[in-house]
Amino acid sequence: MGRVLVRMASELVEQTAAGGPVVLVGIQRRGVQLADRLAPLIESRLNAPLKRGTLDITLYRDDLQAIGPRPEVRETRLPPDLNGATVVIVDDVLFTGRTIRAALDEIADFGRPRRVLLAVLVDRGGRELPIAADITGLAVASAAGDHVAVLVSELDGEDAVDLVRGAAP
Amino acid sequence: MNAADLGKDLVGLEPLSAAQITAILDTAEPFKEVSERPIKKVPALRGKTIVNLFFEPSTRTRISFEFAEKRLSADTVNVQAAGSSVSKGETLVDTARNLEAMRIDMVVIRHGSSGAAQFLGQRIRSNVINAGDGTHEHPTQGLLDLLTLRDRFGKIAGLKVCIVGDVLHSRVARSNIWGLTKLGAEVAVCGPSTLLPSHVADLGVTVFGRVEEAIQWADALNVLRLQLERMTAGFIPSLREYNRVFGVTSERLSRAPKDLLILHPGPMNRGVEIDSDVADGPHSVILPQVTNGVAVRMAVLYLLAGGSPDWANAGGEA
Repeated sequence: MGRVLVRMASELVEQTAAGGPVVLVGIQRRGVQLADRLAPLIESRLNAPLKRGTLDITLYRDDLQAIGPRPEVRETRLPPDLNGATVVIVDDVLFTGRTIRAALDEIADFGRPRRVLLAVLVDRGGRELPIAADITGLAVASAAGDHVAVLVSELDGEDAVDLVRGAAP
Repeated sequence: MNAADLGKDLVGLEPLSAAQITAILDTAEPFKEVSERPIKKVPALRGKTIVNLFFEPSTRTRISFEFAEKRLSADTVNVQAAGSSVSKGETLVDTARNLEAMRIDMVVIRHGSSGAAQFLGQRIRSNVINAGDGTHEHPTQGLLDLLTLRDRFGKIAGLKVCIVGDVLHSRVARSNIWGLTKLGAEVAVCGPSTLLPSHVADLGVTVFGRVEEAIQWADALNVLRLQLERMTAGFIPSLREYNRVFGVTSERLSRAPKDLLILHPGPMNRGVEIDSDVADGPHSVILPQVTNGVAVRMAVLYLLAGGSPDWANAGGEA
């Protein structure tokens, strides 16, 4: 995972070189830890600190009325002014795209970034919305019933990407 | 059962488990931040219709619920008893069923009769939230008091909290006693014997007859409003005498072994149960309580709106 993150960080530096402040926003939960890992890698290349944020998209989900009991809401903390910034959304797995749709809506309620980029560790295909990643660590071909999980040592005790075929019906 | 599953209604803190109460407080934490955003609104309850049905006057609680509802993107309607069909003799259930016929999702009810929220919850399909029923409970006030105490002390277990004043008429006191004891705090009450319920010690609380003793013992004081509008008989000789004997004054607090956190559910009778220099002093969290009230109510609305209501226990048409 370390090597993949180093490559993602250098791609991020290239793509955000055009100027303007960069805000790295991790999506709860494991996007937050991945952003924590990416940040020092990017900062060492830029020789400047990044602005950071965390985003919980639960309250913006499009299936809140259908699911229950209520999913846990975690912390959202974004820098006060996103106007004109380049926001980089960091998430662990890109699948249907619905999480990113919710994240884009939520970010729009905080300000009007000049540009929003998406960096994901794993793209497993299966999109249900017209959303694509700008920076992808690993691309995995998976079926709808497969289970793809990113484990991070901070929460899970190890770094790993698990792909279980046919895990869900 | 998931701890965050509260069932269909929030009638009081008495029926809740410690895990459920903690789940509400934990859910309130991220909602504090929503009120600090440039756009103070999230779409979680978009399309839900909530009726605030207030049979008793209320400013703070009604506005707090309304802010909470609007910040979750719900549509809200306020119904006050005066000027509604209630004043024409309609029963509570008929009022609520007529509102339900207009396809509402939740009712927030404030009523002068103890048990009104539970009564209504058993008879309509919508979620019912008790915003104060008679002298029974005011669960969201109890929850915001718990959240404010937890903010300042880090935890509730082991805290010594004394509720001072008119415990007899106070639904806030009851919700506080249930919530605090369930979470492991030590609770005491203090007030003139005419304003303490006769068997209050059965709830597992200590009783202090003198406010000086309470101040020596406690980490925090929850100072209750003297509910002058409910006092039809001679419970106290005079307001001045009440202040002289039970008033929370800076002079009394200065003799405490430590700084006491001061809570008050409002509205305050300054110079009666609490002096202005205490209410406005450095250890008062009366305004943070109000801020927390919105977050706690957002948490309750969010948690209840998502549950799958148990229609089997609800009357009316299926």
